[in-house]
Amino acid sequence: MSEQLGQPGITSTSILGNPVLRREDDTLVRGQGRFVGNVPLEGALHVQFVRSTAAHGTIGSIEVDDALAMPGVVAVYTAADLGLDDRPVLMGFYPAEMARPFLARDRVRFVGEPIAVVVAETQYQAADAAETVWADIEPLPPVLGLSDALDGENLLFPDVGHNVAFRNSVEDPFDFSGYEVVVTENIVNSRVAAVSIEPRVVAAGIEDGRLTCWASSQGAHNFRKAVTDLLGIEGEDLRVFVQDIGGGFGAKGVTSEEEVMVVHLARKLGRTVRWTETRTENLTGHVHGRAQEQKVTIAGTSDGDIQAYRLDMLQDCGAYPRFGAFLPEFTRQMASGVYDIERVEVEYTSVVTTTTPVCAYRGAGRPEATAAIERAVDLYAAEIGMDPAEVRRRNLPASSAFPFTNATGTVYDSGEYEMVLDAALEASDYTGLRAEQQRRRDAGDNRQMGIGICVYVEITGFGGSEYGEVSLQADGTVLAVTGSTPIGTGHLTTWAMIVADRLGVPLEAVTVFHGDTDRVPSGQLTGGSRSVQIAGSSMGDAADKLVDLARDAAADLLEAAPDDLVLDRGRGAFHVAGTPSASRSWAEIASEAAEPLVGLSDFVQAGATFPFGAHIAVVEVDTETGQTTVERIVAVDDAGVIVNPLLAAGQVHGGLAQGIAQALLEEVRFDEDGNPQTSNLADYPAISMMEVPSYERSFTETPTPLNPLGAKGIGEAGSIGSTAAVQSAVVDALAPFGIRHLDMPLTPERIWSALQASGA
Amino acid sequence: MSADPYVLRVNGNDHQVPDAHLGESLLWVLRERLGLPGSKNACEEGECGSCSVQIDGELVCSCLVLAAAAVGREVTTIEGLAPDGELADVQRAFVEAGAVQCGFCTPGLLMAVDTLLDELSDDGSVPDDLTVREAISGNLCRCTGYGRILEAVSIAADIRRGESRGDLA
Ligand code: FES
Ligand code: FES
Repeated sequence: MSEQLGQPGITSTSILGNPVLRREDDTLVRGQGRFVGNVPLEGALHVQFVRSTAAHGTIGSIEVDDALAMPGVVAVYTAADLGLDDRPVLMGFYPAEMARPFLARDRVRFVGEPIAVVVAETQYQAADAAETVWADIEPLPPVLGLSDALDGENLLFPDVGHNVAFRNSVEDPFDFSGYEVVVTENIVNSRVAAVSIEPRVVAAGIEDGRLTCWASSQGAHNFRKAVTDLLGIEGEDLRVFVQDIGGGFGAKGVTSEEEVMVVHLARKLGRTVRWTETRTENLTGHVHGRAQEQKVTIAGTSDGDIQAYRLDMLQDCGAYPRFGAFLPEFTRQMASGVYDIERVEVEYTSVVTTTTPVCAYRGAGRPEATAAIERAVDLYAAEIGMDPAEVRRRNLPASSAFPFTNATGTVYDSGEYEMVLDAALEASDYTGLRAEQQRRRDAGDNRQMGIGICVYVEITGFGGSEYGEVSLQADGTVLAVTGSTPIGTGHLTTWAMIVADRLGVPLEAVTVFHGDTDRVPSGQLTGGSRSVQIAGSSMGDAADKLVDLARDAAADLLEAAPDDLVLDRGRGAFHVAGTPSASRSWAEIASEAAEPLVGLSDFVQAGATFPFGAHIAVVEVDTETGQTTVERIVAVDDAGVIVNPLLAAGQVHGGLAQGIAQALLEEVRFDEDGNPQTSNLADYPAISMMEVPSYERSFTETPTPLNPLGAKGIGEAGSIGSTAAVQSAVVDALAPFGIRHLDMPLTPERIWSALQASGA
Repeated sequence: MSADPYVLRVNGNDHQVPDAHLGESLLWVLRERLGLPGSKNACEEGECGSCSVQIDGELVCSCLVLAAAAVGREVTTIEGLAPDGELADVQRAFVEAGAVQCGFCTPGLLMAVDTLLDELSDDGSVPDDLTVREAISGNLCRCTGYGRILEAVSIAADIRRGESRGDLA
């Protein structure tokens, strides 16, 4: 079989599109994963942070003498002698005075904020010594509710004069009074925690005279840049290894203050140091996600034409604004979701509160947009008495409308929204479900059924490039070097598939290398569901470049013109067109080539891609106890062309579970003094196998024109669709009781209370 | 203060544990003293199952067990599941089902599934959905959404009963 060279896309004989099993798994199932905690580090010191137990207060003195006298203690630092400047605010967006000190200086702003750090020979010694550090903290009133934060009476940063980190206002708010139907609702998009099963962990030391670090991060190079910038050293002065990481979900996308301090301490002490956070530190001292208060206003005709939508957001950034303060901007870009709405208006304000900082969590701003618009559409459908599926259908842009510019100016690359809605309706037997629901309603059944629909679109990739290098080794095998960092996402398998496909070599002939900043010149963060579309395309592009070089080399060897050679991917050999016997295989080229052949990618994706889908949730609510059971999740997702359906489906599964989790169970809570109420996994109900249904899901494939694979992102979509679908389903089950909206998480207590209040 | 040296029997081998403190958990000793880091520390308070091992065939959270309390008993960790290099049935099933993502929870899950299948194989029964869910609900996984894990358990159960799964080459 012969193919045209450089032809993008997928052929019928390609390995792409097949459920290839993961090459990562053999070591992982043996317990031999290369996680940071498994790196053998002889004689490493242990780091323990002393954290604030007050949500807000001024620091008088901090006593460390007792700790210094404890056995095994090597050093104890506070802000005064740590020797690090405050961390500047992100991208210069926020008031500069909101910079975060590495160890609290003068003032603490959340429970869990580090105020001192102890370094000792063993973990137990460090923990014991940390117990003896005593801080004199004069309490200040906490700032908890977002309206509290806005009224500006209690300030986290008195020098700033207010608690606002960022604001985006509309000059001339438009007038909703002229519309036939107008519905409004206040919605809380609850604060949740990423809960990667591997907590934060980092180790650093001096290896061969170089500062070296082993990190659990979503990007080796991003980690290096963050640390070296803050330490004031050159990038090449730090070598970062990122091998296996035990889950990221956005939370490990921003290098945390503690991690920077650990590298700083290794440098300062000239010793190897390591730190593993406890689960309580993870739940209180690492970042949280979501945490938005929203107000939706939706307007249209009484026959189902949505004409205007307004979204007001208050974003809780927690104590220090970083990426979290910017989340509403992603929400703004995606505010109108899949709908073609003429007028859309978005305003938001990001405020600081005396709580754990908020950052990216799976979806980062887009699940918030979807939850808001989908609730609004449901409320509007209920108001005009129209089936929610029908209202959605009426307001979707036709497939001929793509590229489609939404009302906030975001350009969606490709979409078939009605197709996925129809597919999900059919797969779920929507008509049958509605009939069963009616039967239960008529019978006054105490197990009411709810059906929730979410049609979503999300933004992924965000354009840009990724380092990709594919080279032919002397033994005829292929080495692929990537700048991307796998985070449990199967990159090694996927990149090998793409490279093997382009070159026409067996999968086993391709080795994929990543995660050593000495060997890989550059790399981007794994986030925004960018990997397959951008890093995968760069792998394919580098492989294509290698094919070009190899064709020239083969032409020399065959004394033919390069243009006359074709690559027979089935055989893994170049031959003269029409003369298959005059050929050179990859192995022959490798052994005969005068110099190593290295293909380097220069692929740049011009913009973002927009995967979409329709999720339908079917729940049963016990009206006597308020208990919800998710009976079914039907998910039809379209992330363009799928390279490995096994892995892509795995991403959807994980996202679906996290969506169900936010909708029904998980929420980070604080008491009125700002004390965390969910500081371990007994109190924070991370979703378990008991709460998920078996998933009914499928893919449709609408390619994007923006990369040669035709792929969009699938890492976050699952959580974006399912959260809204499950919430909607529960509210739908409660509709006969006059309940039109309930906030997440829809716990039995919340549902039961609502039913009591409704007089059920 | 160090305890007297003691001996732990792990995966069929005796390991001397010198210089230990009596308060050390089995998880800590496995990872930090015996060089067996397969069992994972993800909460160290019995809430996630990542540290699951078997003691005399019974599933425990090794973070909650004092190492010294395991003296004279048989400890099996993930490193003991495939002693001769061949993947054990549960490990194969996880790979074939696509039940691994980041893999941090995986050793604990494998120990839990192995224990469940051992218990069931005593009476030769096929685990039903609820039995599996209950048996494994103490093991948190944040990546997979559990979908493929259910599938993996069913594959592993078939392998253990001697029914090959021809569809999974
Ligand atoms: S580490 Fe033992 S249960 Fe979590
Ligand atoms: S595979 Fe990552 S936590 Fe289970």
